[in-house]
Amino acid sequence: MNAFQLAQQREDFREILRLVRPGARVLDIGCGEGALLELLAREKQIDGRGLEISPQGVSACLSRGLAVVQGDADRDLADFPSRAFDYAILSQTLQTVRAPRLVLNELLRIAERAVVSVPNFGHWKVRFSLLRTGRMPMTGALDEPWYSTPNIHLCTLRDFGDLCDELGLQIEASAALSAGRPARPMDPAHWSENWRAEQAIFLLSHPGRQDSPAPVRPPTDDLFTR
Amino acid sequence: MSRTLGVTQMVGTDGGLMRFGPDRPLRLDSGARLSEFEIAYRTYGTLNADRSNAVLICHALTGDHHVASPHPVTGKPGWWPHVVGAGKPIDPARHFIISSNVIGGCMGTTGPSSIDPVTGKPYGLNFPVITIGDMVRAQAMLVEALGVETLFAVVGGSMGGMQILQWAADYPERIFSAVCIASAARHSAQNIAFHEVGRQAIMADPDWRGGDYAQLGLRPEKGLAVARMAAHITYLSEAALQRKFGRELQRDGLSWGFDADFQVESYLRHQGAAFVDRFDANSYLYITRAMDYFDLAGAHDGVLAGAFRAARAVRFCVLSFTSDWLYPTVESRAIVRALNAATARASFLEIESDRGHDAFLLDEPVMIDALRGFLDAAGQARGLP
Repeated sequence: MNAFQLAQQREDFREILRLVRPGARVLDIGCGEGALLELLAREKQIDGRGLEISPQGVSACLSRGLAVVQGDADRDLADFPSRAFDYAILSQTLQTVRAPRLVLNELLRIAERAVVSVPNFGHWKVRFSLLRTGRMPMTGALDEPWYSTPNIHLCTLRDFGDLCDELGLQIEASAALSAGRPARPMDPAHWSENWRAEQAIFLLSHPGRQDSPAPVRPPTDDLFTR
Repeated sequence: MSRTLGVTQMVGTDGGLMRFGPDRPLRLDSGARLSEFEIAYRTYGTLNADRSNAVLICHALTGDHHVASPHPVTGKPGWWPHVVGAGKPIDPARHFIISSNVIGGCMGTTGPSSIDPVTGKPYGLNFPVITIGDMVRAQAMLVEALGVETLFAVVGGSMGGMQILQWAADYPERIFSAVCIASAARHSAQNIAFHEVGRQAIMADPDWRGGDYAQLGLRPEKGLAVARMAAHITYLSEAALQRKFGRELQRDGLSWGFDADFQVESYLRHQGAAFVDRFDANSYLYITRAMDYFDLAGAHDGVLAGAFRAARAVRFCVLSFTSDWLYPTVESRAIVRALNAATARASFLEIESDRGHDAFLLDEPVMIDALRGFLDAAGQARGLP
């Protein structure tokens, strides 16, 4: 993670801290070394759980006394029961998963609300970078070349809004994020935000959703939940 | 020797034999009961004033209570030197460590080689079939007799991990945290199949004599050695065997016969031969049976999460190894999924290692760091220094 992303993450955390209700049950997906979970536990007395792909991250979380499961957002969200959490947090990760649509759906099966932050590919710097160089844009927020970036499913604010509509998700709140600057509340549907916002953070809910069952797992490892 | 309520403690507080009299029988899952039994145990460290620092360590199939002190038969150091000891994640300077030999075992706790008080002869196959649940029930009686109401942690690998899960299911209010390493919540068909090979090897040995070998002064050493050889393969990975032995020969050239030409053959023969000096064949039958019968979900209407419903307050740490094909990661994940479904406090880590199932006994720095981190944080939450 570069300095830019670190600064941005801090703004990200501040905004999440503001959004999360005290004492809530929170699942942080891609929790890294547990900095956000620890912050939320200290400031908001949450009952937190984490999902983290790297063994080093899980180890660091264990020594912080956090309950964290090694796993991957694409594969292991199905292991969590429906409505087990008040919030599922997916910070700067949606664009790296193989099936963002499925993951978004899963977040709102597991939790009543989801907090999701994504880089905006519609940001003016990205647009001009592509226009000027004719190459895949590399900016402060997107600093890896196309062949090694983990960001395999980038989207613009407009794309994200469309997907939420399609999935029946309601954007309850949203804010634009830039490195080093406090989060700025925004209307994600407004055309200008799709140029201005470098990153965005959303609070999502699924108004129509009843408790739905976890997706059916392949029969080979289903022996324990039959 | 002290005596309270039908419990007799022999030797000092650092271990010995705890004897339970006819007024404190062990009720077994089979419906039978052991009206008199003894548990061989060891303790290390001191129970603190508020009795909050006790750690129970549960051993694997052929393990025993000598977790951090030399084995009385082989003289080898304790079986978990990287995890238990001074400066280790479980440390007698901070923890009161309890380890006992399981019921059905052969290292001092009542088992098939013990004398049946009814006949005055070794039980042999008259010993009742026992389960993981029975082992844990006996441990709970021992822990109580030692004056410990709640355990700070229960920790075990392999069959020890099964006991940890059973503790969480049966005595959730008596444990603060639980560590289950390289284990499973039930025995798979493959697990049962390997155990059956071992049992058949023992029972095919003419010296086994229907389990009555002890009265006749015999030991089915050949059968037990073959059982151990087959099982030992399951504790290692293909990569570890290949790295250690490859196709290396014992001597120059082939013997063109059936001597141990290959180093791996010689190694396995040695493992088998060394094992019979320290283990009883009937105990091997009984303990493998207990593992085969283990199916924690089965006891809760087929839903594993049901076993953990009352254990929501327990801090769980589940660890697996990438190259463990005996209790592969998928088994640990099933445990974690059930813990999540029960909304318990579960942590899980899959450790990269090519050393197979036995990795949990070895110097695996990621495992040791994870254990240290988990237990230190749990200790803080428990108010331990």
